[in-house]
Amino acid sequence: MAETLHLQVVDPERSLVDEVVDEVQVPALDGYIGVLPGHAPLLSALKPGGIMTYRTGATEKVLVLLGGFVEIQPGRVRVLADEGVHPADLDQVATQKEMEAALKAMDEMHGGECDPAIALEQVQRAQAKMDGLAKK
Amino acid sequence: MPSLLDIRRRIRSVKNTQQITKAMKMVSAAKLRRAQERVIAARPYAAQLREMLASLTTATAGGDGADNPWLQLREPKRVDLIFFTSDTGLAGAFNSNLLKASAQFLAEHKGAEISLILVGRKGRDFFRRRQANILAEHINLVNRPTITDAQSIANVVIDRYKSGETDAVYLLNNDFKGMLSQKVNTMQLLPVNSASTADAGTAEYIYEQPPLEMLDRLMPRYVEVAVLRALLETAAAYHAARMTAMDAATTNAKKVIDTLTLNMNRIRQAAITKEIIEVVSGAAAAE
Repeated sequence: MAETLHLQVVDPERSLVDEVVDEVQVPALDGYIGVLPGHAPLLSALKPGGIMTYRTGATEKVLVLLGGFVEIQPGRVRVLADEGVHPADLDQVATQKEMEAALKAMDEMHGGECDPAIALEQVQRAQAKMDGLAKK
Repeated sequence: MPSLLDIRRRIRSVKNTQQITKAMKMVSAAKLRRAQERVIAARPYAAQLREMLASLTTATAGGDGADNPWLQLREPKRVDLIFFTSDTGLAGAFNSNLLKASAQFLAEHKGAEISLILVGRKGRDFFRRRQANILAEHINLVNRPTITDAQSIANVVIDRYKSGETDAVYLLNNDFKGMLSQKVNTMQLLPVNSASTADAGTAEYIYEQPPLEMLDRLMPRYVEVAVLRALLETAAAYHAARMTAMDAATTNAKKVIDTLTLNMNRIRQAAITKEIIEVVSGAAAAE
């Protein structure tokens, strides 16, 4: 049985996390998945917007993930994010604006122009960033 | 025989050219370093995506997967080619090698109906002058390619492939192989070449979503990332080619200056000798 968990997070433009951790919480499409060393192999899509938490000893870190996939192996977690953002890189004002714009699009959707699924994803993305800011 | 003044003027002009080529070389070297870093940074994602795709195709192979548009093998009657060139020249044979390869590609797929997606001004200008079926043109992307650029290029072929408007998609670009060499690379993007993905697929996974559904999500990403990779490779290869070309031009300019200087000195010497002879013979005549 694997004792440690190697966490790798990459998005198309760069590698975001590459370290050994004790525990990971992944925002999978159908709900959060908690991963400890020795987890059974699993593949899942990620939520359009979610927060990943990973812990080494007593230090806990978070990362905002905007869609993608996760591959879990007994000693390894690999996340292929569509986009990943460190909470430290988030901008309070810009995020606030994005949230408002997304909510507005959601409201106006009932006018019938925009695809509800896309509007919902936008809101979820903005929400994930807001959550990330809150944990900063 | 050119006068001294003419030669001096030419030397000055060549010196100016040399300075320009030298500066261009430095600029390209700096840009190359950045482009190279980005190529390397983008590699892990592409590699992992390929592995995931491999295990998914194995899981969906046979049975219900056969009807999926992503996995269907169709006879390539209609072929899309995404062709990457640079926007600007001054990079040696960089673009002409690509254009030659594209002509060869067209010849090889004569039986098929070919649509072109052109990235980069050089390729666009080339095919505009010919009768070709151009689907889309993208220029001014190669300098700072981003995933958004890649998506806008990829979306067209994703839609076309899914709806059956095209049977195969190819990429043609220069790969960055090192400072001194680029390699023209033709890659079959869709349908996914099973030989290139068959090596993985070791573990039996639990699939949180049905494999086919995941494949539907994964395939567009795969296409986008392949396009991004081609963009980044093109950028790096272009700057490397340009750097080499400008280095050669600088060396050449130095050679021309040396020859001109030698010439100039010869003419000056000849003029001095002539004057001395005149003085001496004048003095001899006076005696």
